Amino acid sequence: MSEKVLMKGNEAIAEAAILAGCRYFFGYPITPQTEIAAYMAKKMPKIGGTFLQAESEVSAINMVYGAAGAGARVMTSSSSPGMSLKGEGISYIAGADLPCVIVNIVRGGPGLGGIQPAQSDYFQATKGGGHGDYHLLVLAPNSVQEMVSLTIDAFDLADKYRIPVMLLGDGTLGQMMEPVEFSNDNISHVYEKPWATVGTQKKRKHNIINTLYMSPEELEYTIIERQKKYNSIVQNEIRCETSYLEDAEYVLSAYGTSSRIVETAVHQLRKEGYKAGIIRPITLWPFPSHIYKKAAEHAKAFLSVEMSMGQMVEDIMLAVNGKAPVHFFGRTGGVIPTPAEIVSKVKDIAGGNASE
Amino acid sequence: MSKLYERPKSLCDVPMHYCPGCTHGIAHRLIAEVMDELGIEGETVGVAPVGCAVFAYDYFECDMQEAAHGRAPAVATGIKRVIPDRIVFTYQGDGDLAAIGTAETVHAAARGENITVIFINNAIYGMTGGQMAPTSLPGQFTQTSPYGRDVKKQGYPVRISEMLSTLDGPSYIERVSLDSVPNINNAKKAIKKAFQKQIDKKGFSLVEVLSTCPTNWGLSPVESMKWLKDNMIPYYPLGVFKDVD
Repeated sequence: MSEKVLMKGNEAIAEAAILAGCRYFFGYPITPQTEIAAYMAKKMPKIGGTFLQAESEVSAINMVYGAAGAGARVMTSSSSPGMSLKGEGISYIAGADLPCVIVNIVRGGPGLGGIQPAQSDYFQATKGGGHGDYHLLVLAPNSVQEMVSLTIDAFDLADKYRIPVMLLGDGTLGQMMEPVEFSNDNISHVYEKPWATVGTQKKRKHNIINTLYMSPEELEYTIIERQKKYNSIVQNEIRCETSYLEDAEYVLSAYGTSSRIVETAVHQLRKEGYKAGIIRPITLWPFPSHIYKKAAEHAKAFLSVEMSMGQMVEDIMLAVNGKAPVHFFGRTGGVIPTPAEIVSKVKDIAGGNASE
Repeated sequence: MSKLYERPKSLCDVPMHYCPGCTHGIAHRLIAEVMDELGIEGETVGVAPVGCAVFAYDYFECDMQEAAHGRAPAVATGIKRVIPDRIVFTYQGDGDLAAIGTAETVHAAARGENITVIFINNAIYGMTGGQMAPTSLPGQFTQTSPYGRDVKKQGYPVRISEMLSTLDGPSYIERVSLDSVPNINNAKKAIKKAFQKQIDKKGFSLVEVLSTCPTNWGLSPVESMKWLKDNMIPYYPLGVFKDVD
């Protein structure tokens, strides 16, 4: 299908996953991502796939572990409190080098928080969430169309690197409707999985999917080997979009929903004569540090705009490494920042009235 | 000269880490014999637990996955849904299956998930050094019930087979014991039947295997067998709790 259709972000993710060859979905209901499960429940039985509503997020992510270990393209989705529960399973999936796609349509936290959109799971997504030395490859779309393309890419990246890939959205992206186009162009590589546990057929030695190593040296070895994979991801998979950056004195940075608002704010600032530019990371891990580093050569100041109390701002600080002041503006708990608030913050910074 | 007794082909030729007198070795052997007899070694995927049997992935010749603590039935569900014509089993202890993994156990059973669960009940946490299990008997001395399990404060043991047999999902549930040769022979029959139910696509099957833990019970292997017979069997009666065709 190549005509444009109007679709909710959550449904677009589900349709894109199916296009990418995902035939197994395990999930547990939670607002504001439930449309993904509902779409899968409707579609999967008709295409020979499996939709299974698990008894908990804990169980769902472990079903993903089993299915991924059996070589399937498999996905789960949840929202913030549910992601905390999945943390254990995600650590095991990373430790067993299994490919899968995990969607987090973020809502406000901590605890039950709220059901309105937020970006307060950045730390959880990029710095761990579960225990141990591991990374997820984290993709952050900012439109329904990009939810489609990044979902498809997520499955390929997962298989290519044998790594869990997270699609990090938020309640706005999940719930809003936009025109979207599905094309078959970028679909879909088939990866051989000789490591999968599908029965030896007595033709090979048994495959073991495992995360336990009793010898510290052996465990260290597997972690260092995995680190090489991460290094290669950092080398090859960083994605980032910039605009008005060439002459930017004030570099605003945001991902996902807040990047759409920042875009409006920057247009306004440009109209008023402020040289404002945008860095929008599309991969949150790996983080496009080099783009910030380069921008710091001419920028007067950076401003991270987030729907949180300031999480990505720490990565920007590390990237900028003291070469320019890094400011933060955010609303949280489900409150969405307005372009006017952002414009006003930049003016404060330009006028020397903002402290870092 | 003909061999009368040999290692089952489905059991790896490696030394096992289990303590002397522990019945895990017997249970492993029975499963391997059943795999040999059913000719399913090349078709089977096993799921190992967290607990004493955590290294079970090194002991069976079939493909294996190691699950997080208690999550084996969920992992097995994921595997089975992808390869429904293969045989999938979990091997779990009482802490794994009846405490931290209770939800995964109950719901895999309720779904009638077409997998086989081998449940080793030795009434104690072995690997961590002998703590009270959900199946520890009233009055039983463990590291975390040093004055004996006080049911007023620490509650009552969980009878998994009876509990799961109230559900419509399971096709076969039996409790067996490894305390004597006749019971061991019967345990093998039950395990074989449980796998056969799965092969016949009848749905969830579980065999609860009453087992010993000489090290953490503080008894000799022979005394342990007697303790099992005298104390566990009265609380956990042997028998078939569910058999649906």
